[in-house]
Amino acid sequence: MEDFQPALREETATPPTARSDSFFRDGAVRLRKNKVAFTAFFVIILIVLGALLLPALWPYRYDQMLGNTPGKPMDPSFNDLPPFGYSATEYKKIEAGEKVFPHIFGTDASGRDYFIRVVYGTRISLAVGFFASIIVLLVGLSVGSIAGFFGGKTDLTIMRIVDIIYSLPDTLMVILLSSVLKSALSSAFSGTVLSRLGSNLISLFLVFALLYWVSMARLIRGQILSLREQEFVLSARSAGAGAFWIIRRHLIPNCIGVVVVSTALQIPSAIFTESYLSFLGLGVNAPMPSLGSLASEALGSIHSYPHRLLIPALVISLIVLSLNLLGDGLRDAFDPKQREF
Amino acid sequence: MQTFAYLLKRIALAVLTIWVVITLTFFVMRAVPGGPFLGEKALTQEAMDALQAKYGLDKPLPQQYITYLKDIVTRLDFGPSLKQRGRTVSKIIGQGLGVSVPLGLAAAAIATAAGLTLGAVAALRRNKLPDRLIMALTTTFVSMPSFIIGTFLLYLFAIELPILPANGAMAGGRILPIVTLALYPTAYITRLTRSSMLDVLGQDYIRTARAKGLSGGRILFGHALKNALLPVITYLGPMIANIVTGSLVVEQIFATPGIGRSFVSSISNRDYPMIMGTTIVLSVLIVTMNLLSDIVYKLVDPRIHFK
Repeated sequence: MEDFQPALREETATPPTARSDSFFRDGAVRLRKNKVAFTAFFVIILIVLGALLLPALWPYRYDQMLGNTPGKPMDPSFNDLPPFGYSATEYKKIEAGEKVFPHIFGTDASGRDYFIRVVYGTRISLAVGFFASIIVLLVGLSVGSIAGFFGGKTDLTIMRIVDIIYSLPDTLMVILLSSVLKSALSSAFSGTVLSRLGSNLISLFLVFALLYWVSMARLIRGQILSLREQEFVLSARSAGAGAFWIIRRHLIPNCIGVVVVSTALQIPSAIFTESYLSFLGLGVNAPMPSLGSLASEALGSIHSYPHRLLIPALVISLIVLSLNLLGDGLRDAFDPKQREF
Repeated sequence: MQTFAYLLKRIALAVLTIWVVITLTFFVMRAVPGGPFLGEKALTQEAMDALQAKYGLDKPLPQQYITYLKDIVTRLDFGPSLKQRGRTVSKIIGQGLGVSVPLGLAAAAIATAAGLTLGAVAALRRNKLPDRLIMALTTTFVSMPSFIIGTFLLYLFAIELPILPANGAMAGGRILPIVTLALYPTAYITRLTRSSMLDVLGQDYIRTARAKGLSGGRILFGHALKNALLPVITYLGPMIANIVTGSLVVEQIFATPGIGRSFVSSISNRDYPMIMGTTIVLSVLIVTMNLLSDIVYKLVDPRIHFK
């Protein structure tokens, strides 16, 4: 009998709809549930903040040879200090009751505070990874979307070029280009703003812009190919939208998940490449340190000062590992289809 | 017929790639102030004369390019080294390869064997302790550049517990470089095998095999592993590329007298003919291995169709 009672007011009211989440909100919720990726995210935030803020707060500069004071003779007791060691001059200051900021990782052979060099090297490595990925993103996105959208001969030509660049042994080409650009650019840029950045760093970015965009372009092209046949593109077309408008406003926003994920995974691989080149002596210009060049310099003195090698090596591994884990987490959260294995 | 067309296309791409590498190498080197054969530093008179005669440096660029290309294709001749007197680039590369190729092959063999075993174990013990352990280790190793792994191993086994020599030229000195080179590919192959194994184990034909009463071993070796191997074949080419680039730093770290080490020293002392020659030889090696692994993949699994 109860079944035939008229419905109460609360029952007839439309059920509260679940708040519809935006794409990024949805992904962020999924990312937060992934403990590994979330931890990696925090580690990266800490490292980035440290690399950005610490140099401003530290009493020593990365290129400051502490034993060299203008007008005084060189003080070699600053060189090659062990972690938390002090030079003779600093001991005198401490005895006199002054406070001396400790050299947490000691100093290097030229008396430069090693901690701040590692921090600065981290900053350079992160910056290289970030900007190189942005370059790859921009080139890959534009070429890939043009190839995918226009199709036909444009696509064919672009994809043949992509095929060839893709089958080039990239690391060897990077080494070749960097070793040449290094000497070619340094004479061309001497005296300009660019020379402060260092010819090696510029050649590194150039190389990324020339070679590493192909995977991104392939990925974007594939996405655009499937998207461009959909109704919303037809509707935009019939409303009179131009090709580049459609690409910009309709197609690219629809493959943003893929783009975010592969850019995130590009950063650690760029850091990898930079540290590799720096290790071979083709990275950033001295006295600017990068993690790879610090490790490379320390290799010669591994018997006496192993910590100088182990510290930058650990930092690189930590950065690359957490970026990889975060990238994997982003992929699972934003683009589960892309999962490889 | 389709296979044949694919093979032809694939070989053509490989040849084209090698030609691009040689051309790029030749013309990019022209950006060096003073040209690659002269460099910035003064040369010995004999090296200068040899180069002048060899490449006709006074002749127009296209002609020099054709001479360079022809010498490589017909005689594997990359000219004399600028920094090592009286030795040709080909000779230095040949000697280096004699050291590096056995090293690389050993690393590749170890990586394949260890990777397949570990991957199969991880897949069969999915989400249990061995799997978790293997996955944690491989995740770490794929995130470590080879020079980091190399320096850690050097520090651990040659300095802290001196049980192995640090110098690659000494007896037993090849162990550490081989292990360093093998670690990344091992980790990669392990992950690859694990995922393709999991894929295969979920297939109907495995259930059928089990249902008709086959033993676990027969299913594993007769059915599962055979099919799980396919994706691994595609990695064999990239693995060689990885080992080649890895050997540049690894030979540096362990002072091994191979091609990687002479390449790196030619970069730092700007021995341009040497840089060009090594780049070309190593590129040919990598492109050929990629070609071979693609072809083998195609031949092993006729289901695969390429566009």
